[in-house]
Amino acid sequence: MKHTLAVLAAALITTASPVLADNTLDVVAQFEIQSPEPSTSGYIFTRMGVAETLTNADPKGALTPGLATEWAASEDGLSWTFTLRDGVQFHDGSAMTADTVASALDIARAKPGPLAKTPVTGMEAGEGAVVMTLSEPFAALPAYLAHYSAQILAPAAYGADGAGVRVIGTGPYRITDLAPPLGLKAEAFADYWGSAPHVPMVSYAAVSRVETRALMAESGEADFVFGLDPASVARLGMSDAATVHSVAIPRTLLIKVNASHPALSEPEARQALSLAIDREAIAKAVLRYPEGATQLFPPSVGDWHDDSLAPLAYDPEAAKALLADLGWATGNDGILTRDGGRFAVTLTTYPDRPELPLVASVLEQQFRAIGVELTINTTNSSEISSGHQDGSLDLGLIARNFGLIPNPVGTVLSDYAPTGDWGAMGWQNDEIVELARAVGRGDGGDKERARIAEILQTELPIIPIAWYRQTLAVATGVEGTVIDPWERSFGLSDLTLAQ
Amino acid sequence: MNTLITRGIQALMVAVLIGAATFAMMRALPGDAAYRIAAGRYGYDNVDTAAADAVRDELGLGGPALPAFLSWLGDLLRLDFGTSLVTGNPVIEEIGHQLGASMALAGVAVLLSLVLGPPLGILAGLRPGGVLDRLLLVVSTGLKAVPQFLMALILILILSVQFRLLPAAGHGEARHFILPALALALGLAAVNARIARDAMARIGAMPFYSFAQWKGLSPHQTLWRHGLRNVSVPLLTYLGLQFVTLVEGVVVVEAVFGWPGIGHALVHAIFSRDVPMVQGTALCLGLSFVLINAVIDVLTQRIDPRRAT
Repeated sequence: MKHTLAVLAAALITTASPVLADNTLDVVAQFEIQSPEPSTSGYIFTRMGVAETLTNADPKGALTPGLATEWAASEDGLSWTFTLRDGVQFHDGSAMTADTVASALDIARAKPGPLAKTPVTGMEAGEGAVVMTLSEPFAALPAYLAHYSAQILAPAAYGADGAGVRVIGTGPYRITDLAPPLGLKAEAFADYWGSAPHVPMVSYAAVSRVETRALMAESGEADFVFGLDPASVARLGMSDAATVHSVAIPRTLLIKVNASHPALSEPEARQALSLAIDREAIAKAVLRYPEGATQLFPPSVGDWHDDSLAPLAYDPEAAKALLADLGWATGNDGILTRDGGRFAVTLTTYPDRPELPLVASVLEQQFRAIGVELTINTTNSSEISSGHQDGSLDLGLIARNFGLIPNPVGTVLSDYAPTGDWGAMGWQNDEIVELARAVGRGDGGDKERARIAEILQTELPIIPIAWYRQTLAVATGVEGTVIDPWERSFGLSDLTLAQ
Repeated sequence: MNTLITRGIQALMVAVLIGAATFAMMRALPGDAAYRIAAGRYGYDNVDTAAADAVRDELGLGGPALPAFLSWLGDLLRLDFGTSLVTGNPVIEEIGHQLGASMALAGVAVLLSLVLGPPLGILAGLRPGGVLDRLLLVVSTGLKAVPQFLMALILILILSVQFRLLPAAGHGEARHFILPALALALGLAAVNARIARDAMARIGAMPFYSFAQWKGLSPHQTLWRHGLRNVSVPLLTYLGLQFVTLVEGVVVVEAVFGWPGIGHALVHAIFSRDVPMVQGTALCLGLSFVLINAVIDVLTQRIDPRRAT
């Protein structure tokens, strides 16, 4: 009896812990697969190496060839030609042609997403190329084609109404089993146009709880675990089952401010709120990052980050002085009042990112220290957007992604030129609109970008708090991990296995 | 027979009431449904007014409530549950997929709890106040007091991380069942054991039980012929009630172990205002509650025929 138990235990142990059980690399992340629809779940398909886009981006944000080998605009900037890669096959064996690409992109731009916001008016299939016509010059267009919603799927992947019904991509991995909401399995695609991946099979599992994901990495149950929280990272650092990788990403934790709110309309009031925030404490205690944000754009967005900008500071006394100058006086309960009104505002945030409610509660205390009363409303993320629309939002604590497309100008245009659901509210600056449009057109360079950063820093239509890092754990024995700061790819096809 | 007819009528009423209640609650929730659905579909990076407007146009939201509810009821009579507003798939397909996974998990958990709890409870009940009885009281109170979320994490820490015996999460293979089922079963077994223990102690103290032994049956024979049958009636009745606890537990445990079940689906559907999914899943849970109680009614009547009259 004892013997059988020992054998059983040994068998369980050996089946549960090899580097890659049954030659499959198991990826675990928080994102659920809703359906084979590229506009909603497409980012999982591109990250897993199933579907591809015309353009790709390197870690610095420079565009690299994808399904298109080269691209160029006409002299007047009103037409863009994307030359397509030869000999690309879809996973169903059909060939990728200019027609299939044009129709996939036509379907994509009819759905909500970044592509719908570009001035593209027409899409035409040419000889081995797709030609897009624009209503105005738009130099940033190639970056928009790197967005997951612009992924190229085979004609059979779409239903009659354009909805995705199957995922038939061109990537190094071909889906063998798609089981929404929690999983998919894929194998290396034999007819892939590029170099064959080293790992023969991959699987994806959506696990919503970060605690479970971390434990899966620690127990060796998963080989590639995405989206770890600070507490788990500290634990995993001590484990030899997995290695933790971390990189700065173009995403900023910030407060969206309703600048038409009576208490928040003066730039000095927004500066006072900014001065009340101890960013370093929040970064170190809540996010366990080495530093807080000193400006909106993180250093990882090289072009947009401006080292010469005076950093955002923490100085509650200066904050109080600024507010006193604006006519605010401390009331009986320690909260500032002016003309009979209290400085009381609501901060709306959402729990999808677990650190947001935590940071909100720290802000509540830090704002109270300068006499500002904060009520926290943790709700659905769409309340930020609908609150922007109907003007009911006071402050919103959000994590804004500047890498929606691998060029922050996409987010800048949608958030600050002139306002945006996830950007400026009740604040308009004609100069920034002009500058952002110029950068989007391609007429702007470092000078324009620096000026945009400077205006945002002095006017503070949003108050930056911290720059995000992406953290993931990869099983010991799996090598070649490169975290994509643009969050477009897991880089699975470049992974190798230690012998 | 009468019971089944009663339960049938009950099922119908449950269907209409749940449908109306979920419909009314989803309508009464604050916030704009189009925005919530857009957030569910496109995620927080991409939800904006343009996406919400596209959703509103596509789904024809914002119409009057009564026609929408009546058309849902009409579709239901034709066994058409509608399509999910978030994924666009038929609700019946999604539920079929998820209900199967949840049922399998719940079934294994109940079986496991029945194997663990009642035998210990009966043994304890045979000697009220004995060592086993006192020990069981402490252990079962302790287990019941641990929230399932914590229980799940403790089990993962011990069995997956420390000893590497079982997978921490996942779905698809037999070994994936063990931890989530155990996390659910321990809480159920803690109560099962108490019910069985109390029933056994009560029956053991009854005159007929002593009489059976007095007329010459061995303690073993007495338990087998006169004890178990009587103990099983309160146990079975309680099992019906435990279904509620089980559904609660399934919601939590599914989230921890990444199990693609109906509890998980319900939570997500509520977040993203997916009314047809909420109605469908709530309906399924409500009807299975009626079904399970009907089955238990029939079973207890067979075990204890006095109840039929």
